[in-house]
Amino acid sequence: MAGVTFREVRKIYAGGIEAVKGVSFAVPDGAFCVLVGPSGCGKSTLLRMVAGVETVTAGEIRIGERVVNDIEPAERDIAMVFQNYALYPHMTVYNNMAYGLRNRGVPKPEIDRLVREAARILEITELLKRKPRELSGGQRQRVAMGRAIVRQPKAFLFDEPLSNLDAKLRVSMRVEIKKLQRQFGTTSIYVTHDQLEAMTLADMLVVMNAGRIEQIGAPLEVYERPATTFVATFIGAPPMNLLRLAAAELSGLLGASAAVPPEGGILGVRPEDLVLAPAGARSDGGLALPLTVETVERVGPESFVYGRLARGGDVIVRIPGAAAPSFGEQAVAIAPRHKLHVFSADGSRRINS
Amino acid sequence: MAERRRFENLLPHLILWVGIAIVAFPVYLAFVASTHEPAIIANGQMPLTPGPYFLENYYRAIFVGTTGTTREPVGTMLLNSLVMALGIALGKIAISIVSAYAIVYFRFPFRMAAFWLIFVTLMLPVEVRIYPTYKVAADLQLLDTYAGLTLPLVASATATLLFRQFFLTVPDELVEASRIDGAGPFRFFKDTLLPLSRTNMAALFVILFIYGWNQYLWPLLITTRDDMQTIVIGIKKMIVTSDALTEWQLVMATAMLAMLPPVAVVILMQKLFVRGLVETEK
Repeated sequence: MAGVTFREVRKIYAGGIEAVKGVSFAVPDGAFCVLVGPSGCGKSTLLRMVAGVETVTAGEIRIGERVVNDIEPAERDIAMVFQNYALYPHMTVYNNMAYGLRNRGVPKPEIDRLVREAARILEITELLKRKPRELSGGQRQRVAMGRAIVRQPKAFLFDEPLSNLDAKLRVSMRVEIKKLQRQFGTTSIYVTHDQLEAMTLADMLVVMNAGRIEQIGAPLEVYERPATTFVATFIGAPPMNLLRLAAAELSGLLGASAAVPPEGGILGVRPEDLVLAPAGARSDGGLALPLTVETVERVGPESFVYGRLARGGDVIVRIPGAAAPSFGEQAVAIAPRHKLHVFSADGSRRINS
Repeated sequence: MAERRRFENLLPHLILWVGIAIVAFPVYLAFVASTHEPAIIANGQMPLTPGPYFLENYYRAIFVGTTGTTREPVGTMLLNSLVMALGIALGKIAISIVSAYAIVYFRFPFRMAAFWLIFVTLMLPVEVRIYPTYKVAADLQLLDTYAGLTLPLVASATATLLFRQFFLTVPDELVEASRIDGAGPFRFFKDTLLPLSRTNMAALFVILFIYGWNQYLWPLLITTRDDMQTIVIGIKKMIVTSDALTEWQLVMATAMLAMLPPVAVVILMQKLFVRGLVETEK
C-alpha cells in the first residue's frame, strides 16, 4: 500500500485548454481522498492521470515512492472503477474479474481463489456465471468493485462510480464503499460532483474549481471554515448565504478589533445557522437581517424559507419542523457572531478565523 | 372494428404477395425449365408445372456438363466459386477490421490521410481500375489462380468504414479498463474488440459472400482455363449463340445450383445478420 503525491501537476490538452493548473497535495497511505468540484473543474482529469489513461503535461505524480508519470497503467498497481462501469460486455462476471489477473500471469488456482473471495465479500457469488447485460445497475457496480479489489492494488481510483445509480441505491452503495475501504485500508481517490457523497465518504476532502485546488481538509473542517466563497457555496445544501458589505458595516458586525480591509468584504452565513425571529427583533451583537418571506419549502423534518432582504438581495433560512411563516410575512433572520464567515471582497480568501 | 382490422391486415398481405410473385416467378420458371427435356423449351412451349427429368438433368449438370460445349461440370465451377467467394469475404473482413482498428485506436502520422484514401477508393469499383489491376495480376503470374481471383477484390472501403463506425461506438472506458487490466493493443483487439464485433462480422460475411459469389467481370478476365472458371461465368458460356442447340434445361439447372450457396448462407446466418445490422452489443 502507498500514498499518492501530486507535485505541480498540470494538464494541457491538445488545443491549449488547461484542465489542471498546477496542483500539489499528498494523499496519505490508507486515506480516503475525495476530489469534489463542479463539472469541468479538472477532478476527473487529475484522477485519470493517476490511472495513467491520461498523460501528465508537467509536474510529477508518485504512487508510494515511485514516480509514475511514464509508467503504463497496468504497472502502476492501481484499480479504477468507472462511471459507466466499463465491464467487458462479452465476458462473464467471473472473467471480468479474472481478466486483469490472467494478463498478469497469476496462476489459475490463485485467480480462482481471489475471484471467489472478492465475490463473497461483495455478495455476488451467484452472479459469477452471468454476463453484464443480465445484471442490474447495482449489481454491475458491485462487479466493477470486484474487478478492482481482486487485484489488491496500492490504490483504488473511483470516477463518479455512483452517478448512474438511482438515489436509494446510491446511498447504500456509498455506505458499502466506505465500509470496504476501511476493511482493506487501501488508499483511495474518489471523484464526485455530489457534495453529500464527498462529505460522507472523505477522510480528506479536496475541493477543486477551474483546474485549481480551492481547499483541502477534513470534511467538517471544510464545512465549518470554508477558505473561499466558492467552497462556502459548494459545500453545504442549501448553499451559504453571501452578502457584500462595506468596511464600516463589517467592522460594526465583527467588533472594532477585527482587521477589515478598506474595500469591504463578503459576509457568509449558513442557512442552518440563521434563526427566524418576529419582525422588529434585534440580535445581541450578531447579525440581524429583516426580510419578507417569498417562498417556503417544507420537506418534513425541516423547512427552507426563501426571503427577500429589506436591504436588497435574497437569503435562505433553514428552520426545523414544518411550522414556517407564510408568504409575505415580515421577519428577522438572526445569527450569532461566531457563526459568521467573512471573506475578502473578491471571495478568494477567508478573513476571520 | 374487427372487420376493419381484417381488411387492414389483408391489404398489406396482398401487396406483399404480389411483390413475392413478381420476384419469385422467374425463379420458379427457371426451376420448371430445369426439369423438362430440351425439346419442350426449344419449342417455346414452356409448361408451368415441373416435368419428370429433374434427377437426370441435375445429375448431368453436376457431374457431366453440357455435351455441345464440353465445359466443366457444375461441381468444379461450384467449388471455384466457393473458394473465390469465401476468399473474398474472409479476406475483406480480416483486412478491413485490422485497418479500421489502426485508424480508430492509433495516432500515427497521416492517419486522416490514410482514412480518406480508403474512403476515396469507394468511388473506384473493379470496373474502373480493371486494366491496371489486370496488368498487375498478369505480371505477378496470378492468371488462372485462386489468388488471382480473390486478392485484387479483397481490399474493401465499405467494410473498413463499417468497422470504423462500430469501433467508434465502443466506449473509451473499455479501452482504459483494458489498459489498466494489463491488456496491450494486441490483447485488447483479440480479447475485447473481436468478440464484440462478432455480429458485425457475420453481417458483413453474408453481404461480402454474395458480392464475391456474383462477381462476373473480374473472373471473366482473369480465368482462361475451363477448370478455373466460376459458376457465374460457366452459365454464360453454356449459352451458345452459334447454330448449336443451347441445352436450356442444363443451363437452368446450373442457375438453380448457382443460387443455392448464397441462399444457404443467408438462411443460416439470418439471425446474426439481422442482429449485426440493427443492434450493437455494448
